[in-house]
Amino acid sequence: MATPENKLAFDGGWEYSPAPESTDHIKVAKKYELFIGGDFVAPASGKYFDTINPATEERLSRVALASDADVDKAVKAARKAYNGAWSKMKPADRGKYIYRIARIIQERAREFAAIESLDGGKPIREARDVDVPLAAAHFFYYAGWADKLEYAFPGRRARSMGVAGQIIPWNFPLLMAAWKLAPALACGNTVVLKPAETTPLTAMKLAEAIADAGLPEGVVNIVTGAGDTGAAIVSHPGVDKIAFTGSTEVGRIIQKALAGSNKKYTLELGGKAANIIFADAAIDQAVEGIVNGIFFNQGHVCCAGSRLFVQESVAEEVIQKLKDRMETLIVGDPLDKNTDIGAINSKAQLEKIESYLDIGKQEGGEIHQSSCAVPASGYWCRPTIFTGVSQSNRVVQEEIFGPVLAIQTFRTFDEAVSKANNTPYGLSGGVWTDKGAKIFRMTQSVRAGVIWANTFNKFDPTSPFGGYKESGVGREGGLHGLDAYLVLEA
Amino acid sequence: MSLAAVDTKRKLPDLDRVPRVDEVGVNERVARFQSRSIKKESKLAALRMVLSMIDLTTLEGQDTPGKVRQLCQKAMHLHDSVPGLPHVAAVCVYPTMVGVARKALEGRGIHIASVATAFPSGQAPLSVKLEDTRMAVEQGADEIDMVISRGAFLAGDCAFVFDEIAAIKEACGDAHLKVILETGELGTLDRVRRASVLAMHAGADFIKTSTGKIQPAATMQVTLVMLQAIRDYFYDTGRMVGMKPAGGISSAKLAIHYLVMLHETVGNAWMTPEWFRFGASSLANDVLMQIVKQQTGVYQSADYFSKD
Amino acid sequence: MATKAKREGARVPVAKTYKIYIDGKFPRTESGRYFTLEDDKGRVIANVCRGSRKDFRNATVAARKAQAGWAGVNAYLRGQILYRIAEMLEGRREQFIAELKLQGMTRRAALNEVDASIDRLIYFAGWADKYQQVFSAVNPVASSHFNFSVLEPTGVVSIIAPDESGLLGLVSNVAPTIVGGNTCIVLASESMPLSAVSFAEVLHASDVPAGVVNILTGLRSELTEQFASHMDVNAVVFCDGKRDTAKMIQELAADNIKRVVARGDIDWHSDSSQHPYLIRDTQEVKTTWHPIGT
Repeated sequence: MATPENKLAFDGGWEYSPAPESTDHIKVAKKYELFIGGDFVAPASGKYFDTINPATEERLSRVALASDADVDKAVKAARKAYNGAWSKMKPADRGKYIYRIARIIQERAREFAAIESLDGGKPIREARDVDVPLAAAHFFYYAGWADKLEYAFPGRRARSMGVAGQIIPWNFPLLMAAWKLAPALACGNTVVLKPAETTPLTAMKLAEAIADAGLPEGVVNIVTGAGDTGAAIVSHPGVDKIAFTGSTEVGRIIQKALAGSNKKYTLELGGKAANIIFADAAIDQAVEGIVNGIFFNQGHVCCAGSRLFVQESVAEEVIQKLKDRMETLIVGDPLDKNTDIGAINSKAQLEKIESYLDIGKQEGGEIHQSSCAVPASGYWCRPTIFTGVSQSNRVVQEEIFGPVLAIQTFRTFDEAVSKANNTPYGLSGGVWTDKGAKIFRMTQSVRAGVIWANTFNKFDPTSPFGGYKESGVGREGGLHGLDAYLVLEA
Repeated sequence: MSLAAVDTKRKLPDLDRVPRVDEVGVNERVARFQSRSIKKESKLAALRMVLSMIDLTTLEGQDTPGKVRQLCQKAMHLHDSVPGLPHVAAVCVYPTMVGVARKALEGRGIHIASVATAFPSGQAPLSVKLEDTRMAVEQGADEIDMVISRGAFLAGDCAFVFDEIAAIKEACGDAHLKVILETGELGTLDRVRRASVLAMHAGADFIKTSTGKIQPAATMQVTLVMLQAIRDYFYDTGRMVGMKPAGGISSAKLAIHYLVMLHETVGNAWMTPEWFRFGASSLANDVLMQIVKQQTGVYQSADYFSKD
Repeated sequence: MATKAKREGARVPVAKTYKIYIDGKFPRTESGRYFTLEDDKGRVIANVCRGSRKDFRNATVAARKAQAGWAGVNAYLRGQILYRIAEMLEGRREQFIAELKLQGMTRRAALNEVDASIDRLIYFAGWADKYQQVFSAVNPVASSHFNFSVLEPTGVVSIIAPDESGLLGLVSNVAPTIVGGNTCIVLASESMPLSAVSFAEVLHASDVPAGVVNILTGLRSELTEQFASHMDVNAVVFCDGKRDTAKMIQELAADNIKRVVARGDIDWHSDSSQHPYLIRDTQEVKTTWHPIGT
């Protein structure tokens, strides 16, 4: 289709001037302590680690490194709070505290968004329009459940579990904290939460919000650190439940570590979602869906639509439109309000993505990247697609967790389903067709926890999320997300 | 001229093959355009571009030669206290006023657009529409803004609509033809998309959303769908077709959102008055106020900008 | 009112005119009539609008006009708006306590009434995005169809609020009605009408769209018939345990098959009086069949 006569040009004309979000309104301390028992306390080891801005590679702050001793202290504080005020409190009052957290997030939304963008590299537009409002919405939603649990599980008596250990990833730091904390608290549990080591700042700002909301001390404890800190939470005998979001690799280790203990667990792990475009789809909206599916949050999304399947008769059209659309994506300063794709979260992640670009090329895939400029310092990856790849390629099989899309074509419905399911993962999937009946057949056929039809990467506090197969155990969000934090008794 | 005499190179395309449109997806895409933040130099460039793309319009039963002459003055002298401003692209009037505008704008490089074909309803026989068109062209119109027969289109008689556009195109001679779909009467974005394809294949030089007499007039959603049709037609044929949203665009901010949409949907080539127009009567002053604000840093009052 | 001025010493306080609430505005009753409210010593506290059937008709027009838009507000936002009402009420606790005292309550009872009303609003705010999850269903039909049933608001609901509970009774009936996407016309307690009017002011300051809640004051003997008979009202909720009233309402409701919800003899202070079935009372069930195929 593309010839010199009918090629669209997007660069070299009208350019958007920089529109940076100001940072004069945000407060980031030089150093963050651990949030244990309602106080900000220094780590036992006296050690701190840097958290850097991945867009500039500059240090933003220093954050306490929690050791086994600190985790132990946090778990004990959580236990004390559980046995004390929290589990005995009137459920409606518990709800009121959670509502307060929601309100404070709304009130400080701009600060949360800016810090999220600084610390994690995501575009301010996404932090502002997605992460922060959704985080507040999660607290709102679960606050309401606190005094309504009897209606969620008819015929059973729901009681809290105790102390929940929660380990969250770096791709949606505040939002994942909300996903974990809100249902746990609403169900009457207390919490020890560990944010990811590359993105601890919004969790610490959330700690401040929780303190300001006047929650009884020790109900929420936040310990910062890396894998060892997480392992200390997992193995601590005082923890009743583990909730983990992260890689399948680590999820497997956690499941093994918990074997033989009585701890309950939910795991939300990796994915390699199929996004399936039928010829009868609304093609232009499908192209948007592809873009949103793989380039949202730099592709650092466990449910990203990283495998695209396009019906053969429209493949050429879809790919041309996708390439043109990619030319309009702006990669760069995450704090610029016009940035579509921000910085890759860390050097290690960038190296991993780049290694997959090499692998894809070696496997014979045809690589195409948009032509945009990227800043000199910081970690960046242009939006990338691979065509001419097949099911046997590693870029099709493995989770890259970056803005890299593997495109294949298909002819029939059954072929699309069989390829979509031909993966150990099963977190999400997408289907694009104008035909309703086909949507429902597809949702029956694809083995994944979330299917988006004529849309992609949609999240809502009322909607359960979680995976089949190696994508995880349990669901978060919605009524079903309560299950993970309750013991249901006769 | 009878329909049989229509240029046979033009063929009614298979409208069943036109891609479907999902309204929710369109709304989300539009919201993304609206979330763009256009500041500083890019804003000033955009504001000037908007001025240069305006079809300054008066289409009232109460229009008089005096009113049209005043409008032409405004077209030439948008706000002379700011030197170096572009003039608008065209003035848009009824056929009976074309001669007046012609005289007022002689040699100023501002086009004269005339609505024709029993504007705004289009409820007249083809012979009348052709006569209307020829009269406007003879009086000196550079551009003809025709309306499609929405009744026939909604009744499924696409061939009738196609032939009518093709016939008017012939009658236009050298004048450019803008085809008004009156999207506010088409009901769905799917129909907007199909009508766009039909109009382009029938020979439209521009496709235009609305007469301004029906609500809703131009919306970003409708304009996006039409731009996507223009882009697909260009992919297929290499021929550029222009776009004119008309009615309901009265603020500079909204106009800039349209430019963002234009920029990110069809690219640079369309970012000129040759390929994109705003049909508007009150947009110019808001843009001028923004330009002066950009230059002085002070928010402006409408009292300081001429209303014609 | 004059007596109150004397009580408060040097400054002459400004007395408030209590008006009705229709379509987001505070008009006087169209009838121009009033009834007086007196304190326990027989002193006049306020002149209260004696709402007429024309007021009711205007309120119904407003409620109908607002209904589709309100039902279209997403559940999250409806919840936020109810939460906002609670916040506004919390901020005016003292005003409401004072008004309830003026209408004969002890301070302690008034305080309980106001706090319970705030908490009840929070309770129903929380249901906004949950009652569907509890009451709707996916139905495993035997054919190749995806079949699901959801709740939809009945439409315009008339509410005869409890007479004995001026604020809590009103809130306990309005909140579950509007959280489900209905709009309503409420007849305030006749013996304690002041809190209802002040509550309208709270609603007015809480992002509740005009027409969603309309509040009339007046005499039950005059207005009950209107509330039950209007052909553009879809459901009538009445909190009046009297058997002959119930019979009249049932009979009039039958003219357009109104849903009739009888809530007599409920202790609105009891925790057991708050539950999501109050929401379901003014909901319809809608079932959709959709084929599954390629």
